[in-house]
Amino acid sequence: MTETTFVEAIAKTLATAMRADERVIVLGEDVAEGGPYLATAGLAEEFGRERVRNTPISEGTVCGVAVGAAQSGFKPVVEIMFIDFITLALDQLVNQAAKAHFMSGGQLNVPLVLRTQGGSGQRNGAQHSQSLEAWLTHVPGLKVVMPSNAADAAGLLQTAIADPNPVVFVENKSLYFRRETVPNPPPPVPIGQAHTLRPGNDITIIALSRLVGDALEAADKLAKEGVEAEVIDPRTLVPLDLETLAQSVKRTGRAVIAHEAVNAGGFGAELAAQLQAAAFDYLEAPIQRVGAPYTPVPVSPPLEDAYRPGAREIEASARIALEWGEYDAEPWEHGAIATPQTTR
Amino acid sequence: MDRDVAQALLRTMWRIRLFEERVAQLKRSLQVHGLIHLSIGGEGVAAGVCGQLRDDDAVYSGHRAHGHAIAKGAPINGVMAELMGRADGICKGLGGSMHLVDAEHGFMGATGVVGGNLPLALGTALTQRLNKTDNVTVVFFGDGAVQAGHFNESINLAALWKLPVIFVCENNGFAEFTSRAEHSTVERVSDVVAPYGFERETVDGSDVPAVHDAFAKYLDKARAGNGPYLLECLTFRRRGHYEGDPEKYRDPEAEREWLRRDPLARLTERAVEQDWIGSGATEAIEREAREEIEEAVRFARDSPFPDPQTTAALVYAQ
Repeated sequence: MTETTFVEAIAKTLATAMRADERVIVLGEDVAEGGPYLATAGLAEEFGRERVRNTPISEGTVCGVAVGAAQSGFKPVVEIMFIDFITLALDQLVNQAAKAHFMSGGQLNVPLVLRTQGGSGQRNGAQHSQSLEAWLTHVPGLKVVMPSNAADAAGLLQTAIADPNPVVFVENKSLYFRRETVPNPPPPVPIGQAHTLRPGNDITIIALSRLVGDALEAADKLAKEGVEAEVIDPRTLVPLDLETLAQSVKRTGRAVIAHEAVNAGGFGAELAAQLQAAAFDYLEAPIQRVGAPYTPVPVSPPLEDAYRPGAREIEASARIALEWGEYDAEPWEHGAIATPQTTR
Repeated sequence: MDRDVAQALLRTMWRIRLFEERVAQLKRSLQVHGLIHLSIGGEGVAAGVCGQLRDDDAVYSGHRAHGHAIAKGAPINGVMAELMGRADGICKGLGGSMHLVDAEHGFMGATGVVGGNLPLALGTALTQRLNKTDNVTVVFFGDGAVQAGHFNESINLAALWKLPVIFVCENNGFAEFTSRAEHSTVERVSDVVAPYGFERETVDGSDVPAVHDAFAKYLDKARAGNGPYLLECLTFRRRGHYEGDPEKYRDPEAEREWLRRDPLARLTERAVEQDWIGSGATEAIEREAREEIEEAVRFARDSPFPDPQTTAALVYAQ
């Protein structure tokens, strides 16, 4: 075991992959300088600027270059600095990367990893704080992974680089600099395998990315009252390990799904739909969802803090599920931000 | 021009011309599916460029891709079967007219999103550079793609990284239904790239020897590790944007202009005049091409429609 951070784990895993295989290249804005979060720190020094390529601010073309290189036999890892900018790369990601293998009748493979990071919490405002992963899960042909800790980040990145398909690797900026203990070397993590972090028989909390830590915190609090919550991190959204999630929900009969993205159209909606189909007869309460309200991310500190879902909201939702039927619960609203009536 | 080269060009152009004419018929009888964009009038560019490439050079194309695929060596039977949605299509019936791929012959793919192929070509050119080969990448696009954001991003990056890529613009004067004058104040695409400082030229795309020679010059330099280059070929789009296009924008004079600009008629006339080919031999080339196309139609009709299992099986590579 060794002590590290999420971003250090990313940089180390990239370096290991580049040492092992000359076809692994890294490209993106400022990557040769280490990037604003140092996720590619040291790579240009070790591997040179031919394999670690700084690019202009041209997300669409840079993503397309990675797709072209991937279908020509390389294994590019392209960085989109903020997931908010993935809007500019969506043509290449959605129309080219996701469909090249399919449309070519299997002739082309696109072993591409697109690393990006999202999430609020740094007062960056509405264009540098979003959680847009649900869009990507809607596109057959892409894989979408979302690690919640340094060990999984290292393990999933190894697997993503080895995967013959385009993998979108969604990090969360709030996770980057926490000290964590990870195995040395970190073992690969299979794509499509959920991780149960805490066993429990009373309720299942399914949390993504940053919300995994919050889910554990909420579970600790509930445990003090004798409620044992099972906390599961799906780790990969596509493909999804529905079996692990459904088995847990069948056992507990209650579920909370938590993510940082806006609830409406978020991946939690898909999870809830799949879980109710798989475990309907076992449910004791409606599946609860924790997510952001239907607004852009505000920048003012108290507003952003109120916007961000966390342990408090998970705990409150868990109580609704646990107490369901005991009394007529008022619909619960988290945070201080009211959802505008005109839109939802 | 070398006799063998001239004859090879005529052969390729006839194959494309007759393929496209046959596809137009098959589209009307609903044997060929989806949006179909024919390249009649542009055969000289496809033949003049692709005829000089090797299988390990890469070509990317756009929505008007049949000619480029055929000229690059894609089997005509497989292309026809693909357009007819059959299991023996080069993409197993999953790609279709706008998404042809024949990796074996370096036809790395057509894309249906205008301008979307340009970044992909840069990616392949980057691998050629990193692999230290003398391979090149060619990307075909129309004048309509020049106004897309990817074009500007791609010419900048190609120039910055000095990639062995040759941009071949088929400027037929129309972006879909609308003339170039209504899309841009810049008439010549070669002028658009001028500030990036790479070599560029505009040629008459109906003058096949001119296309051939201009491309040969850039190809030699790109093989030596230089680039990028841009070759703009002024072509005449004989058919509508797609089959079924009502062509209300079409100038009635266009028919007469076609007689002047048909690249196949012009090359045939010149080849006979220059004694690159005997006059009887041109008919033999046409006849052989016609037989080949009819055989392709038979092949495609005999091929079954794909098993529905194919769809789900090819979403992800294993």
